Amino acid sequence: MSALTVTPEGATREEAKRPPRGDRPWLGTDRRHNLTGWAFLLPAALLIFAVSFVPMIQAFILSLQTGRGTRLDWADPLWYNYQRLLGDEIFKQTVGNTFIYLIIQVPIMLLAALLLANVLNNPRLRFKAFWRTAIFLPAAVSLVAYSLVFRTMFATDGFVNDFLANFGVDPVNWLGEPDTARAVLILGLLWRWTGFNMIFFLAGLQNIDRSTIEAARMDGANSFQVFWRVTVPQLRPIILLTAIMSTNGTLQLFDESWALTRGGPAYASMSMSHYLYEVSFQRNPNFGYGAALAYVILILVAILAFIQLKVGDKRD
Amino acid sequence: MIRKLRDVPGYLFLGIFTIFSLFPLYFMAVSATNTSQDVLASQLLPGGELFNNIGKLFAAQDVGAAMLSSFLIAAGTTVLALIICSIAGYGFEVYHSRGKDVMMGVLLLAIMIPFAATMIPLFQVFAKLGLVNSLFAVIIPAISTPLLILLFRQSSRAFPSEILEAARVDGLREVSIFARIYVPTMRATFAAAGVITFMTAWNNYLWPRVILIKNEVQTMPMLIVNLSAGYVTDYGVLMLAVLLASLPTVVVFLLLQRSFADGVTGAIK
Repeated sequence: MSALTVTPEGATREEAKRPPRGDRPWLGTDRRHNLTGWAFLLPAALLIFAVSFVPMIQAFILSLQTGRGTRLDWADPLWYNYQRLLGDEIFKQTVGNTFIYLIIQVPIMLLAALLLANVLNNPRLRFKAFWRTAIFLPAAVSLVAYSLVFRTMFATDGFVNDFLANFGVDPVNWLGEPDTARAVLILGLLWRWTGFNMIFFLAGLQNIDRSTIEAARMDGANSFQVFWRVTVPQLRPIILLTAIMSTNGTLQLFDESWALTRGGPAYASMSMSHYLYEVSFQRNPNFGYGAALAYVILILVAILAFIQLKVGDKRD
Repeated sequence: MIRKLRDVPGYLFLGIFTIFSLFPLYFMAVSATNTSQDVLASQLLPGGELFNNIGKLFAAQDVGAAMLSSFLIAAGTTVLALIICSIAGYGFEVYHSRGKDVMMGVLLLAIMIPFAATMIPLFQVFAKLGLVNSLFAVIIPAISTPLLILLFRQSSRAFPSEILEAARVDGLREVSIFARIYVPTMRATFAAAGVITFMTAWNNYLWPRVILIKNEVQTMPMLIVNLSAGYVTDYGVLMLAVLLASLPTVVVFLLLQRSFADGVTGAIK
């Protein structure tokens, strides 16, 4: 605390010196500032309650109901929708797909972003602004836009097959086979999000003390050791932040599944949110079942965030 | 010399990743100037079909209307979000109290709520309010986000309390201190927050798709998906539409990227 920080006494004295300006005099400056603060944050807080917390509770109530469209009744038994989910093979497939994306894509992406940030943080590096801008640029493009570019490049008669033909590779039906469809989707995610995460690591690197890195070098550590033993541990809070954001984002994946692979072939690459949309807004809208599905996603997000916080806080 | 050699793997890694990052964008831009056949024949040089593609695109879709909707949504969301979230972040930090810390913690929990979980009830509420097909229904859920409030709160830590005190002694009202002193000094934070909000709002697809039902009311991301869903896709026209849908956010980012980077760095400290 600096000497210049406002203390209650100081503030009151200032207040006493000041002529009354129509403010209610029976409220002390402190109380009044506290209330001003609440007034400042009230609109934002109310909005978040209105568009996040209240609908979340409504969704839970909805998940206990059945019926089509707006004609809804309590389910019998109440947990019927959840019971039905357990036997829903398509749902299980979409959960599996989403976890494949999560487990393969997030670690590769975070590692690549970390390495890129580390290279960019080298003070001798030239054209820094160019590299940074080029690698971040994909993050400015909308998800459905890049999905359609990738869909075009990976079409059976598209660019990627033409390119591979130069090396004698036979055309691959990228989006028509389950494994390759998922692989293309993962490649797309890596393209779109690596630069985005890199920006956070770069910001974090600027706040760590370079002398720790120089000292490690003096002690004869090689680049890999410096990166792994000195840089990475100091970035742990930001790695945790990006890991939670990426997990959260992957579990909510929709646009790529919708526009890049269209969930196909069949349901082989469909994400949970894509299936939720199908159930809730396509063909026969079933809001109750959709809401139950949404709650499963919510619980998975919460569990994974909790695990990451536990793991991330260890060794402190 | 040895030091320079040590940098070679770094340059190599950056070079490869840069090509990976830029190639799809180049492919998109070049394809917009070629015919569908040329796109599939992997023509990687600019062609002379740009104006033809423009003609076909505007004949197939009301691009002007979609651009306008997207622009109104993105601009409206950005302006309102910057006002509401900056005031809130300022309120949390400058008038710091225990109760407000608790409130911030509660609001941060909202980050964990997947949009999917709130989508159905939100749709029902907006349907009841008669706001289906209205751009307001797209804007309202996006203007107050915990992350943006957090960004402003963290950055407000750098706002010197001496200035605040001096302004109070000078008899400035609390609202004027915010509007006349805080806002101009926090320009980098506003730029970062503005870039993030504009890009997110412009690029959002799921919620507009749910709430904008009428075919005539669509955003640019919705337009390009509709264009690709046809029986026969004209890839040249499609890539032109994708290019048009991407340009505004890319331009905004390129113009404000310096302040964007400063703003993110200021918040992570």
